[in-house]
Amino acid sequence: MSAPLPRRLRPDLAIIAQHIEPFARMLDIGCGHGDLMAELRSRKQVDARGLEIDPHLVADAVGRGLPVVQGDAGRDLADYPGDSFDYAVLSQALQTMNRPDVALEQLLRIGKAAFVSFPNFAHWRVRANLAFRGRMPVNRALPESWYETPNIHHLTIADFRSLARLRGYRIEKSWYLTGGRARGERWANLMADQAVFLLTR
Amino acid sequence: MDERFGLDRKVRLLGPVPLDSGGSFAPVEIAYETYGTLNEDADNAILVCHALTGDQYCASTHPMTGKPGWWARMVGPGKPVDTDRFCVICANVLGSCMGSSGPASEDPATAVAYGMDFPVITLADMVRAQELLIGHLGIERLHAVIGGSMGGMQTLTWASLFPQRVARAVVIASAARHSAQNIAFHEVGRQAIMADPKWRGGAYYHESDPPTAGLSVARMAAHITYLSEAGLTEKFGRRLQDRTDKSFGFDADFQVESYLRHQGLSFTGRFDANSYLYITRAMDYFDLADAHDGRLAGAFDGTKTRFCLVSFDSDWLYPTAESRRIVHALNGAGADVSFVELSSPFGHDAFLLDNPELDRVVSGFIGASA
Repeated sequence: MSAPLPRRLRPDLAIIAQHIEPFARMLDIGCGHGDLMAELRSRKQVDARGLEIDPHLVADAVGRGLPVVQGDAGRDLADYPGDSFDYAVLSQALQTMNRPDVALEQLLRIGKAAFVSFPNFAHWRVRANLAFRGRMPVNRALPESWYETPNIHHLTIADFRSLARLRGYRIEKSWYLTGGRARGERWANLMADQAVFLLTR
Repeated sequence: MDERFGLDRKVRLLGPVPLDSGGSFAPVEIAYETYGTLNEDADNAILVCHALTGDQYCASTHPMTGKPGWWARMVGPGKPVDTDRFCVICANVLGSCMGSSGPASEDPATAVAYGMDFPVITLADMVRAQELLIGHLGIERLHAVIGGSMGGMQTLTWASLFPQRVARAVVIASAARHSAQNIAFHEVGRQAIMADPKWRGGAYYHESDPPTAGLSVARMAAHITYLSEAGLTEKFGRRLQDRTDKSFGFDADFQVESYLRHQGLSFTGRFDANSYLYITRAMDYFDLADAHDGRLAGAFDGTKTRFCLVSFDSDWLYPTAESRRIVHALNGAGADVSFVELSSPFGHDAFLLDNPELDRVVSGFIGASA
């Protein structure tokens, strides 16, 4: 049933790309150069739109012919009418937002469903760093030091599940990655360095 | 050889053009240029709309100033708006003075210039006149309409009035309405013209001395709004012009004064004072939401046109907030919209100047398959 994962996409984006229905309407929040959008538009005829804060990345994406609006997800998501997309996608950005809870609420207001991916701060390497070295982690998934990282709201897979429960969001499906490779749900909060969730209201 | 296409074209169309002020205007003369070749399916046409004091010479040498076209860096063979691929049309707007019907044109009914008998027109009236031209050229649907500043307002109006004729709309450094500040600056310009005794109630066409002083001041005031404070400071600072000390008089001591005086004076050589009154009026009346009970999204309901908006961070004449307001409305209407605020030190004029990211955005947007 499943097509092979598109190779050039980041692993979390590849999972998202694989599970978005053809011909859907989708908003990619923090779309960067628009790789996911381009993939979905060409392979699945998805009506993909983007929101990106960095004007150079927006110029790149629009230069590729992709419909991208420059804006700040923390502020501009409120401008989109409710239910205007089948999917809202927020990849690797939840932990950078001022109010991740408000962002999730907006995602599920704008989209009928939301894909969210984020680095798991409870991965054993992170825990080991804190426990044994007493230092904030710097690794492949979290490459910046604490003083320059855009990640201002680190979270864990368990944190995310708990917030979803608290707000009454349904977790339709979840995927876990270690070093870019899919792994099972068992021990995910300890062993996965990335997670992807599909939420609905 | 099809006489309708090429440089320095002019056509008299029977119209009539229905006017927002009531009544209609006919016949309407439109001066225009085309670059590139219209293909067999007539689906590669791009209309470029000019700004307040622009004209149809967007990519060819201006006949009066001898300077390159005002958007020669954007439009031409191999340029972002590539005339090897697209047939580009640029028409002088209704009310202007470079060959299209305007206050300086002769009223066929009286055989003298219209002067202030020319009807007060709007952006929508200009666009309706252009639509006649597009029909005359045998074009059903434009691949794109592109414009900066007032050209962007025409582009938005095109997409709103004739959505089925516009596949793509590129709106640069523009707004969907004139703000109080925009109107205020224009009013200063108009009052300068009308306060010039040589304006003579607009009936100066048979005199040897048109109201150049008033028009020049109008241009000076407007020109300031096209630049940024940082740009002015960098270009002129407080430097003195051709002197080492202040004159303790009212000569153009400062370089910036000398520059503005030059801008004002050279403008009077190529522009008609009454046209300036009429076109600034049209811009002041512009509010795309007016016809939709004040709801801007109403102007785009159900649109299939793809939109691309660009603003510049140092543009305080039509600031980014105005573009965002349009993006918001387009999102509300479910339209396909792109938007980017580009960085430039040059203020509003940035859309006319070299900006590689603008080039990339424009060429990518119009080149992409829908």
